[in-house]
Amino acid sequence: MAMLEISGLNAWYGASHILHGVHFEVEAGEIVALVGRNGAGKTSTLRSVMGLMPRATGNVRFDGQEILSKGSHERFRMGLGYVPEERRIVPSLTVRENLQLGLVAAGRTDERAAIDEIAESFPRLKERLNQQGTTMSGGEQQMLAIARAMISKPKMILLDEPSEGIMPVLVEEMGVLFRRLRDQGTTLLLVEQNVEWALKLASRAIIIDQGEIVHESSAAALLADKDIQDRYCAV
Amino acid sequence: MDLELFLMQLFSGLALGAILVMVALGLTIIFGMLGIVNFAHGALFMVGAYAGLWVASLTGSFWWALLIAPIAVGAFGMLVERVLIRPLYKRTPDDPLLLTFGLGYVLVEAVRITFGTDGIPFSAPESLQGVVDLGIGYFPLYRLFVLGVVAVILVLLWVALEKTRFGLVVRAGARDPLIMRVLGVDVSRLWLLVFGLGVGLTALGGVLAAPMRNVSPEMGTLVLAEAFVVTVIGGMGSLLGAVVAGLLVGVAVSMTALFAPEMATIVMFGLMALILLVRPQGLFGRPGVGA
Ligand SMILES: Nc1ncnc2c1ncn2[C@@H]1O[C@H](COP(=O)(O)OP(=O)(O)OP(=O)(O)O)[C@@H](O)[C@H]1O
Ligand SMILES: [Mg+2]
Repeated sequence: MAMLEISGLNAWYGASHILHGVHFEVEAGEIVALVGRNGAGKTSTLRSVMGLMPRATGNVRFDGQEILSKGSHERFRMGLGYVPEERRIVPSLTVRENLQLGLVAAGRTDERAAIDEIAESFPRLKERLNQQGTTMSGGEQQMLAIARAMISKPKMILLDEPSEGIMPVLVEEMGVLFRRLRDQGTTLLLVEQNVEWALKLASRAIIIDQGEIVHESSAAALLADKDIQDRYCAV
Repeated sequence: MDLELFLMQLFSGLALGAILVMVALGLTIIFGMLGIVNFAHGALFMVGAYAGLWVASLTGSFWWALLIAPIAVGAFGMLVERVLIRPLYKRTPDDPLLLTFGLGYVLVEAVRITFGTDGIPFSAPESLQGVVDLGIGYFPLYRLFVLGVVAVILVLLWVALEKTRFGLVVRAGARDPLIMRVLGVDVSRLWLLVFGLGVGLTALGGVLAAPMRNVSPEMGTLVLAEAFVVTVIGGMGSLLGAVVAGLLVGVAVSMTALFAPEMATIVMFGLMALILLVRPQGLFGRPGVGA
């Protein structure tokens, strides 16, 4: 069953028409990589799915329900998590408080247990629960953003360039984490510049260029096809 | 100089400041969260006083007025947010500003038409009249009461903001509404509540102030100016700043009245100018906020 179905998606920033009929699907329990050049429309696609574009039309179904007409907070409550490109750790709040923010909508009463549980998966955060979130390193903040999106156990998580600016060891750790999430049944849509890494994690790959989907194949096939990679993903 | 007179004046400055704190807190909460400079805030202070007057005349009890008027005016504020202000969020910041500016005039005029243009006396209940001996001098009981009420409100507000999940969401929402939306929080509902809270606080200020002066349609005008001065001194969007600066301005005005009465109103603007020179973001403001 498809967890996310997108068809005929158009989106605008003011007068500029950014997405032109984007269409693709993500099956439940798979990792899909969405790649493309700078400015291709990757972030805009994720923002459309989260309801953050000023204007978006078309068809987006999540878990069987049409969501374009819903507010961002309702989409989260349906089980759609989002790790934005800018991470958005809330200033002047501690790591623990930032994690709590991930739980407020879920209304979970076992907040402490949930935080303990997530801290097990993120040893680096565990040591820093009482530190101000924005005083951590970029990599640590990225981990916090991921943990915050994960803590309510969403059905699907949209990740916008999670490996950006992160040192290789941490990127490897992140890969392990994503595989584990997938094995537990979470669906992941992974936007990446680190194409090779993303393709090794993903089962399928989608390329977006100038706001249109230009390629769709298995991740392995794209990994092998240097021509297409060079054409659409060269930095 | 007479120590007792000095203490009396200091004390009356604190009571004056406590009222300012209520008004400035509402102003700064609304600004900090919604990014709206609420020019109707002074008028809503005045509406609070009239609402108190009205409830007191219906029920014959100051206590009901104190309880009901702020809640009713706060609810009115929520209506204003939902119906008038919300459609303007996507526009430039000037639009809500102009709207609240106009709303202030409409409220003043509406009150003039309903209650007349003359000031109306509003007396404190018997039980709060008179003076008490604090050992260092005699102080008007009602002003002590005002300080007490404001202190209780401040503690409640602090607990709500710092110790509850709701407060965490409000603080986070003030810093980054977008992330709260994608974490499942209906930010528009949060703003509705915050606007209602801010308006309720200024209305409470109005009811509390009523027995210390006449209730008149213009009573909010000077208060709004004072509250702006307080938020600039304290730092736009800073709650602690509103409290400290509110008391500071109250005491400064009151003390100047003792030594140089003709300077009383000017002194707060002097204080503001000084702060703007030395520390433009205000005593407790974050640089860049509201600049
Ligand atoms: N806030 C904005 N206002 C106007 N145009 C924007 C805005 N944000 C992005 N764009 C434009 O939309 C297009 C797509 O941007 P988007 O951020 O979706 O690209 P991307 O694929 O995520 O790029 P990157 O790899 O650099 O993150 C770009 O041409 C960009 O200039
Ligand atoms: Mg992007």
